[in-house]
Amino acid sequence: MIELRDVKKVFNQGRGNALWAVRGVTLDLEPRQVTVFTGPSGSGKTTLLSMIGALSRPTSGRISLDGTLLSNLPERFMTQVRRRTFGFVFQRFNLIRGLTVLENVMLPAYPLAPDYGDLRRRARALLAQFGMDAKADDKVEWLSGGEAQRAAICRALINAPLILIADEPTANLDSARSRELIGLLGELQDLGKTVLVASHDPLVFESARVSRVVELRDGLLAEDA
Amino acid sequence: MRQFLRRQRYLIDYSLSALARRPGKHLALLLVYTLVVFLLASVMLFTQSLRREAALVLAQSPEIILQRQIAGRHDLMPAEYLDRIGRIRGVSAKYGRLWGYFYDPAVRANYTLMVPPPGSPAHGEPAPGDIVIGAGIARTRGLEVGDYLSLRSARGEPFAFRVAALLPHSTELVSTDLMLLGADDFRRFFAFPADRFTDIVLQVRNPREVRKVAEKLSLALPDTRPILREEILRTYDAVFGWRQGLVFVLMGGMVLAFVIFAWDRAAGLSGEERREIGILKSIGWETGDVLRMKFWEGAILSLTAFFLGYLLAYAHVFYLSAALFEPVLKGWAVLYPDFRPIPFVDGIQVATLFFFTVFPYTVATIVPIWRTAVTDPDAVMR
Amino acid sequence: MLLSPAVLALNGVSFTVTLMLVLAAGFALQVVRHWDLTSGSERQLELERRTYLIATLVTWSFAAAVVSLLLFVYNAEQMATQFVGAMCATGVLNAHPLGWPTLFLKILIFFAGAAWLMLNRLDNQAPDYPLVRVKYWLLLGFLPLAALEAGVQLGYFLGLDPDVITSCCGSLFTADGDGVAATVAALDPGWSLAAMYGLGLSVLGLGTVHGWRARRGASGVGFALSGALAFAAALAAIVSCVALYVYEHPHHHCPFCILKGGHGFIGYWLYLPLFTATALSLGVGLISGWGHIPSLTAAVQADGQRFTAAALALFALFYGVATYAILTSNLTMTGVWW
Repeated sequence: MIELRDVKKVFNQGRGNALWAVRGVTLDLEPRQVTVFTGPSGSGKTTLLSMIGALSRPTSGRISLDGTLLSNLPERFMTQVRRRTFGFVFQRFNLIRGLTVLENVMLPAYPLAPDYGDLRRRARALLAQFGMDAKADDKVEWLSGGEAQRAAICRALINAPLILIADEPTANLDSARSRELIGLLGELQDLGKTVLVASHDPLVFESARVSRVVELRDGLLAEDA
Repeated sequence: MRQFLRRQRYLIDYSLSALARRPGKHLALLLVYTLVVFLLASVMLFTQSLRREAALVLAQSPEIILQRQIAGRHDLMPAEYLDRIGRIRGVSAKYGRLWGYFYDPAVRANYTLMVPPPGSPAHGEPAPGDIVIGAGIARTRGLEVGDYLSLRSARGEPFAFRVAALLPHSTELVSTDLMLLGADDFRRFFAFPADRFTDIVLQVRNPREVRKVAEKLSLALPDTRPILREEILRTYDAVFGWRQGLVFVLMGGMVLAFVIFAWDRAAGLSGEERREIGILKSIGWETGDVLRMKFWEGAILSLTAFFLGYLLAYAHVFYLSAALFEPVLKGWAVLYPDFRPIPFVDGIQVATLFFFTVFPYTVATIVPIWRTAVTDPDAVMR
Repeated sequence: MLLSPAVLALNGVSFTVTLMLVLAAGFALQVVRHWDLTSGSERQLELERRTYLIATLVTWSFAAAVVSLLLFVYNAEQMATQFVGAMCATGVLNAHPLGWPTLFLKILIFFAGAAWLMLNRLDNQAPDYPLVRVKYWLLLGFLPLAALEAGVQLGYFLGLDPDVITSCCGSLFTADGDGVAATVAALDPGWSLAAMYGLGLSVLGLGTVHGWRARRGASGVGFALSGALAFAAALAAIVSCVALYVYEHPHHHCPFCILKGGHGFIGYWLYLPLFTATALSLGVGLISGWGHIPSLTAAVQADGQRFTAAALALFALFYGVATYAILTSNLTMTGVWW
């Protein structure tokens, strides 16, 4: 259960170009569901998602995860929580060029320093699960968009997080690949993961696999705006 | 602990691959870095080996040299002074020495002519008409063992000496212009008075008695001046250290330029590198992890440059006889010694060199690396 | 004198370290003044990020200080040829009144730096950074120490005049001299050895007790104090007695010559464990006082036990090596010299 209480976020605080990206969101998110945040660009959905995922801290308000307060943790501890709890899939995949698919998938586990053989096995198993085992030793710049997206999902899952966060995951995919991706996210839900997606792609938020759609407008929930 | 070591291994693994992915950028830095280490290490190894060479030679020289002075100028030493010194407790041997300089107009160089002291290690006093010469003389006059060397004596008549042997190569720095000959030959050649020596030397076994002996000598023979070996050694040490330091100060500008270069390299990350750090932060790397990864990157670069530079300098000084410095040193004398220093490595040198290269590099990169490491984790989402 | 490369390096390092600490202290002041963990403002985020920079600067300063301590001793060793009567580092340190103070300040900086880094490590384990003000005020106290060391060292090297007649360890550390060094050498070897082993037992005993009780949040100040005393007694015993066994010479009291290859580098085996163990025990004393802060209780226990165990092992190693040096020596002092 993720609880948000009057969460606000301002960029360039105290300067002329201050920007209130999120202006007070109160929200409860149920576990083991696929929730989609939607709204026009600039509505604050990515900012909100990054705060929920402990990538950044709200300027004010509280975010708690299963009763533990996340929003006032210093970065050092936020990272510790984040890397065990959240997995991220980004709009532009954000794979590191020059490394192989396998190395990219293993990267989030490096600071946790698990046994190397173990980690390799885990990464290979994940790649096999998403039909990428043949590509494991290829450099990521050789992958197609769909393959890169699946590699990114494997990377997000390497530390076995409970919650997967995807920011505009279909922005760089064609319709067929987008549907495939939604199917994959649904499978993750079946595996017991909570899935949070930010998207303004109707293919995503109108999909049958989505349990809940949260609409944002100008940094507020659409129902409050 | 095991976890800690394993984490460092992962981080080293990543830094190695990061270095390998941008060879061009890091190669330039590595090249400059290696060059800086190479130049400083060359100066250091070279002066240090000169100093050692001198110390090795001096180690065999007598503890006290006694010179006579008239009106503050060096004068010949009357032989009777040997008796006037009498017995001083602690002095194990004393004898008069014969030596001097000779200018050879044929090659426009000065030779040092010397009668070997009694009990000198390699060569006894050469037989009448024989000489033993240093490698420098042999080279410039094209002499081999058995050849004759003809020189004009003080009275203007030519003197022919037979080369009986050459001095060993190992002490060439000091012996290159040396010519050893018999006492009678020496006196006849220079028309040197029979009852005089150039100076007197005394051997003192216990180093703590040297000063006391010197004090007694200057009381007994007020017109003489004792010169102590330890003083010469000390002067050499100070002069060599001072020269080396001076070169280092001159090279300080180079180190500074290198530091600015390193700073610039660390601060001026390409967009691609910035993005990479952003990705690492977003997928769960902590600021400290990035700092440590960057630290390993610097350590790998530094160690590589340090070893490469040091090895090159070692080869340069000990196998190529410091070829780069030769033009500077050639000004010394015509008989430039073909100097092959004895190889050696010294902990204090390595530590000092480390402080002149790796330490400035590290300090220069701390702030830029920190700036990189504190990239916002959500930067890649914007 | 100032122009010898090692001396240039030593002075350069000390001033650079001071500069780095000035920078760190400047940031620390900002942190102390504006720190507010409850705020989600960008300034607070910036301050939190500054703490990484401060810690990095202090860590590097500490590392540089350790190496410069070693280089200082090596350099004194090497300069011995340039001073009349100086045969080893002791003579060079005696050549100017600031010689020994420089060495002592370097040692003090080593201990202070180690203890601060341990405190910083502890604080970084609690999400609310409860010691942030304490540790940065301490850091501000650390700065003058580094500046003083840099100044004293510069004064020492500027004041060194190669013609000064100095006494080396042979004549200085003889019992009929005067000054601190001679007093230490004149200590009765039996008593100094008894003090070393007695305080050794007390530090090992108190450490073991603290290791047991750290779980219950016991104070480690006793352990730290006994560590400091054991350190002093061990140094005194090395000068007055252990070194003699190493040199197998009843009048050669020198704390530095045992670092040389001629004595199997046994000095490193003595000093490295002794210095590290003492630093750890001092750190344990410093961190044990914070167990009452709820967010730190667990970390104080874990770190306290870990550091105590390491300190005990290293103290034990030191006493083992010292005993080995005495037992394997061909010098007989009991019954002959005391």
